[in-house]
Amino acid sequence: MALEQVKLEKCTEFISDGMYHKLEALLQKDKKSPEMLIFVLQQAQNIYGYLPEAVLLRISEALDVPKAKIYGVVTFYSQFHLKPRGRNVIRVCQGTACHVRGVSRIVGKIKEELGVDVGETTEDLRFTFESVACIGACGLAPVVMINSDTHGRLTADKVPLILSLYE
Amino acid sequence: MEIVTVKIDGHDVQVDRGATILDAAKLAGVKIPTLCHHPMLRPDGACRICVVEVAGARNLAAACVMPVADKMVVNTNTPMVRQARRVNLELILANHPLACPSCKRNLNCELQQLALDMGVSEIPYEGRKRELEIDDSSPALIREPNKCIYCSRCVRVCSDVQSVDALSFYRRGFDTEVGPPPGVGLMDSVCVQCGQCAVACPVGAIYERSAVDDVWQAISDPKKHVIVQTAPAVQVSIAEALGLEPGLPMTGKMAAALRRLGFDKIFTTEFTADLTIMEEGTELLGRLNNGGPLPLITSCSPGWIKFVEHNFPEFLENLSTCKSPQQMFGALAKTFYAEKHGIDPANIYSVSLMPCTAKKFEAARQEMNASGYRDVDAVLTTRELVRMIKEASLDVSKLDDEEFDVPFGMLSGAATIFGTTGGVAEAALRTIYELVTGEEIPTFEYEAVRGLDGIKEATVKLNNVDVKIAVTSGLKNAREVMNRIKSGEADYHFIEIMGCPGGCIGGGGQPINGGSDYRTKRASGIYQIDAASTIRKSHENTAVKQLYKEYLGEPNSPKAHKLLHTHYTPRNRY
Ligand code: SF4
Ligand code: SF4
Ligand code: SF4
Ligand code: FES
Ligand code: FES
Repeated sequence: MALEQVKLEKCTEFISDGMYHKLEALLQKDKKSPEMLIFVLQQAQNIYGYLPEAVLLRISEALDVPKAKIYGVVTFYSQFHLKPRGRNVIRVCQGTACHVRGVSRIVGKIKEELGVDVGETTEDLRFTFESVACIGACGLAPVVMINSDTHGRLTADKVPLILSLYE
Repeated sequence: MEIVTVKIDGHDVQVDRGATILDAAKLAGVKIPTLCHHPMLRPDGACRICVVEVAGARNLAAACVMPVADKMVVNTNTPMVRQARRVNLELILANHPLACPSCKRNLNCELQQLALDMGVSEIPYEGRKRELEIDDSSPALIREPNKCIYCSRCVRVCSDVQSVDALSFYRRGFDTEVGPPPGVGLMDSVCVQCGQCAVACPVGAIYERSAVDDVWQAISDPKKHVIVQTAPAVQVSIAEALGLEPGLPMTGKMAAALRRLGFDKIFTTEFTADLTIMEEGTELLGRLNNGGPLPLITSCSPGWIKFVEHNFPEFLENLSTCKSPQQMFGALAKTFYAEKHGIDPANIYSVSLMPCTAKKFEAARQEMNASGYRDVDAVLTTRELVRMIKEASLDVSKLDDEEFDVPFGMLSGAATIFGTTGGVAEAALRTIYELVTGEEIPTFEYEAVRGLDGIKEATVKLNNVDVKIAVTSGLKNAREVMNRIKSGEADYHFIEIMGCPGGCIGGGGQPINGGSDYRTKRASGIYQIDAASTIRKSHENTAVKQLYKEYLGEPNSPKAHKLLHTHYTPRNRY
C-alpha cells in the first residue's frame, strides 16, 4: 500500500471533525524536533481528549521520532491516554486506610452500576473508572474522587445517588 | 590518554582515564559478573549484578558504568558485594520462568550461567511470573516476553547499532514490557528481521524461528529430493559453537556433516554469489554507461533491503535488481537443476544454511517464486545447524573432509569473501576490472574495503574513469551513508551494504558468543579460504560459465532477468 494511502485511511477518523486542523497547526509550528515530543503529546491530548493511534503516527512522522519510542513515552507517563476518556473520571483510593475501611465493597458497587471494570470507560463515555494510590484524605476513608470532588466515608448504598450527580 | 592507577582487590592496575571499573578489573584478572552489559553496546547500568565496593563511596557502584579515578580503591569480592549481587540475581530469578531444559538458550544463557557461577541454590522469594503473549508474527524471529529480564540489550542494539528503533520499553514497574509498540507484532513493525537483538539477548526472550523440524521431516520423506546451499559465512562460524577455535574454516567437515544429516545434495551459495557478480557487475557497467541510476547499491542483504523499503523508499531504484545469492540459488534449483536432472520441482525441497535470520523473511517474500514454487523452502541458521548436529550426535571434528556436489558446488574465492563486509565490492572489482580493462587485476586484495571499520571508501580507475566505491555494514552506518547521498555530500558509483555489523560473519543467525573479537576471527577465516583457493574470480567459475552457455544465455538476458532479478516495495516509515 502506498504510504499516502495508509496515512489517509488512518486519518479519516479525525479529519472530519476539525481537530485534525488543530493538530496540523500544532505540528506546523517551528517546534518540530524530537525534544518537543512530550509537549506535543500533551497538546495533542488536549485537542483530542486522548491519543488516537493515527495521531501518534502523525506525530511520529512530523517529529521524526520512531513509533516504538513514542509508545514508550506515552505508556510510561500516566498522564497520557491511548483510549477515549469519559466525561467524568472516578478515582477510587487503593491506599491502606481505604482498603481497611472496605473500599472493595464500593468498587464492587460501582462496577455493578456502570458495568465496567477498573481501568475502563463506559460505552456512552459518561465515566472512566480508575484507581489511585492514597489520595491523602485517610481520615475520610473510604474515599472516592469524581473529577475534583472528594466523596468520603462512603458506603456502597450511597453509590447510585452520587453517580447520578454526574452527567 | 591519561593513565590512572586503580587498586583492585589490593592490586594496582594502570588504565586509561575513562575506562570503567569493569575494564580495570579485567586487567587485574577479575571478571566481574555482568548481565545487562554487552561489550559491543553502550553501557546501561540496569541490572546491578556488577556492583563493587569503592572506598569512600556510600553506595555500591555498578562496575560497568562507573568510570575509574586515579587512586580509586575497589573491592570486588566482599561480603556486602556478594550479598548484593546475590539478592539482585535472586529477585530476577524469582520472576523468571525457569524452563531451562526446553529453552532455546539452555546451556548458552547468561542468566543460567550467573546462577551457576554465583552458586544460587534456592530462590528465597516468591515472585510473580508474567503471562504475556508469545509474538510469533515474524517468519524469522520469535519473542517470548515472559523470559525477558529487562536488560535493554535488544533495545540498544536495535537503536544504537541498527538505527531501526523497532523496540522500546513500555509502561513501568512490574508492568514493564519490551518489544515493538504494544499490540504490534515484530513482523508488522519497522523491524528488519536482522536478528541482532536475538544475538544480543542474554536469555531466551528473542530467538530464531526454527525450521529444524520441517527440515527433518523433508529429509525423512522418501519422495523429497532435499538439497542444501550453504552460505560462505557459516563454514567459519560453526567451529566456535562446537567448542573449537573461533574462525576455524570447516568447509569439508561441514559438507560431511550435512551429508550425514541426510541431505541428498550439498551445494554452496557461493556458486550463486559468483553468478551475482556476473549479473550485478553487468548491471553496474550498464548503469555507468547509460547514465544511471547511480549509485548502484548491493541487494544481497535482506535486512538492508527491508530497511531501505521502510526508510529510503525514494532510493529503491538504486538497489541492484539482482536477487540475493540465496534466492538466485532457489530459483535455479527448481528450474535449471530440476530440468537437467529430470526431477519434478514439486519434489525438490530446497534448504539454505545461512548466518542470517532475515534470510527466513526473504525466502518467505511473496515475489520469491520465479520457479513457480517457493524458491527456498526452508532457511536454517548456523545455530539451527549446530542443533541438528547435536541432535544427530555427530562429532564433526572426527569426520573426514568431503566435497560439495556438482554443479552448484563450484565456487571461486571471490564468492567466499561475500561472507564478510567488503567482500562483495572486492569480488565485483576482481571481475569488473578485467572485463573493462581487459587486463589481469594487479592485486587480489583490496585492503581499503577490508576490515571492520564503519564506513570504508575507495576509488578505482577503470579505463581512466574514477569509480567511487563505499562499503559499509550495520544499519546505523548504512543510514549515515544514505543520508550523505541524500544531501549530495557523497557521489559514489557503487555501494556495498550489509545489514549486520561486519557483514554475514556477524549475522543474526550466528552462534552466540559473548566476546568481542569473534567477528575478526571469522573474517580472517574467510580470507584464508579465499587466499588458498585456486580460482579467485567469479568470471572464472567454470560452472557459472557453463550455466550461461547452457541455460541463461548471457548476464542480464531476459531469462536471467526472469529468474535472477526482482523488485522492491515501499513500506511505512513509522
Ligand atoms: S532464559 Fe535462561 S534461565 Fe531462562 S529458561 Fe531459558 S535457559 Fe533457563
Ligand atoms: S531483528 Fe533487528 S530490526 Fe528487528 S527488532 Fe531485532 S535488532 Fe531490531
Ligand atoms: S528481550 Fe532479551 S535483550 Fe531485550 S530486554 Fe529482554 S532480556 Fe534483554
Ligand atoms: S488510604 Fe485512601 S485516602 Fe489515604
Ligand atoms: S552489568 Fe552492570 S548494571 Fe548490569
